[in-house]
Amino acid sequence: MQPVISVRHLSKVYEGGFQALKDVNLDIHRGEIFALLGPNGAGKTTLISIICGIVNPGSGQVLADGHDVVKEYRAARSIIGLVPQELSTDAFESVWSAVSFSRGLYGKPRNDAHIEKVLKALSLWDKRNNRIMELSGGMKRRVLIAKALSHEPRILFLDEPTAGVDVELRRDMWDMVRDLRSQGVTIILTTHYIEEAEEMADRIGVINKGEIVVVDEKKSLMQKLGKKQLTLYLQQPLEAIPEALSRHPLALSDDGQALTFTFDVQSEATGIAQVLRELNQHGIDFRDLHSSESSLEEIFVNLVKGARGDRV
Amino acid sequence: MNFYAVRAIYKFEMARTWRTLMQSIASPVLSTSLYFIVFGSAIGSRMVAIDGVEYGAFIIPGLVMFTLLTQSISNASFGIYFPRFSGTIYELLSAPVSFVEILMGYVGAAATKSIIVGILILITARFFVDYHIEHPLWMVSFLILTSITFSLFGFIIGVWADGFEKLQLIPLMVITPLAFLGGSFYSINMLPPIWHTITLFNPVVYLISGFRWSFYGVADVNVAVSLAMTALFLLLCLAAVWWIFKTGYRLKT
Ligand SMILES: Nc1ncnc2c1ncn2[C@@H]1O[C@H](COP(=O)(O)OP(=O)(O)OP(=O)(O)O)[C@@H](O)[C@H]1O
Ligand SMILES: [Mg+2]
Repeated sequence: MQPVISVRHLSKVYEGGFQALKDVNLDIHRGEIFALLGPNGAGKTTLISIICGIVNPGSGQVLADGHDVVKEYRAARSIIGLVPQELSTDAFESVWSAVSFSRGLYGKPRNDAHIEKVLKALSLWDKRNNRIMELSGGMKRRVLIAKALSHEPRILFLDEPTAGVDVELRRDMWDMVRDLRSQGVTIILTTHYIEEAEEMADRIGVINKGEIVVVDEKKSLMQKLGKKQLTLYLQQPLEAIPEALSRHPLALSDDGQALTFTFDVQSEATGIAQVLRELNQHGIDFRDLHSSESSLEEIFVNLVKGARGDRV
Repeated sequence: MNFYAVRAIYKFEMARTWRTLMQSIASPVLSTSLYFIVFGSAIGSRMVAIDGVEYGAFIIPGLVMFTLLTQSISNASFGIYFPRFSGTIYELLSAPVSFVEILMGYVGAAATKSIIVGILILITARFFVDYHIEHPLWMVSFLILTSITFSLFGFIIGVWADGFEKLQLIPLMVITPLAFLGGSFYSINMLPPIWHTITLFNPVVYLISGFRWSFYGVADVNVAVSLAMTALFLLLCLAAVWWIFKTGYRLKT
């Protein structure tokens, strides 16, 4: 199937010479939720801004539903909705008129019923006649989302949609995003809350210093890069790990009470059985054990660290 | 053509006008009217007529023109500068609109405001000064053409400015002197020859002269020249705006 967004060899150098994107290649599948992760300054907003037409592309090409975002900007942009990271709003406008304005700007005829539906879905209906400057920060962010949804986009970019939004509303927002996906809308979001990506995304891309580090299904990403840990709580505290066991990836806690064994999820032979046997031979008994899988957050930190390490 | 977008921008901008009625309409009308009271009713009667036109009436076209210029520039420059300043420009840049549509919205609204102000000033002036309009159609044409041209010019300034003081700079430091020295209060034929020649480099001379001709049938320079100069300036502004949108100057990084 043709990707709904296709980024090819995209590079961007800002005036002043800073290279924000380096030969980025990325395909977004139709109807998926794609999470773009990366540390501050990685280039997430730059990438989104180029796709949406806010920042001039350097070299390379971006297609949205097959339309070149520069040459066929009209066709490309009319199917895209954008919620920017910055809270930029028309302070003096009412919520209703600001959202209606967006719909018109995107070339859609007036449709009060749709605007009403969007405002209600975002719990903004009661505030529709308030001026935007009278709203709280979280409400303003929802106004931006309402503006982006006002013209019924097929592709929605959410640049940190839940920054500054309280927990309950964040849940609501996740539901709304899933709801949009069920209507066939493709969603690309950036976030610094890893659990958000873990909870929502179908696929995840990690970007660091302007380069795409990895793009994969969330599940296989966690499987491939995830590590499992087995923690053994000992009967008797140990001074040190016996010499004979040092070839295993074992770590002793500071108080000597717990041994941690780390192994890759995907490897066939984990070596657990061997380790347990050897522990037994050395008379190390344990009273309890606990196993854990690494979260996306740890995977992410490892990836970014790895990429940093390459350069040092 | 994204007609809905043009209408959305136009409506948005006009809503701002009605919201700030005092500042955007009442204040320019009032401040220009002061001139009519002073020069028309009070001092005007003691001044000699110029080209056979009573002094109070003589200054009306120039003053209206002066207000049109400053109003068009400040309306349009603020209209586009403010979204740049507040960050809401992102929406304009990411919307499926062409630069022609953006212009039609912003420049159309700014020009509309100027035309409203211009007409209100003409009506107000009637209370203080007795004047007539010989070529009403030409008068309206000049009014509209000037409003559009200088709204375009204002749009360019709004894109160029990177601070509020720069927005004020051009209307105050350039347009005001050019309008005052461009024959708002006198006929440039009254100047010594050398100054007369220098004054012909002032583009505002042509606007005022043409506009005054539509009122009283007298002009400092030929009307055709006035019209041509205005059209030329309009084309220059259009070319500049086209370039701005093509390169994304000050709009996109
Ligand atoms: N207009 C600009 N001019 C020059 N450099 C810029 C500009 N905008 C962004 N940059 C630089 O490009 C890099 C990428 O910025 P970008 O905003 O894309 O990061 P990000 O991944 O969105 O970060 P964050 O998580 O903080 O939002 C940063 O180093 C930033 O300083
Ligand atoms: Mg960002």
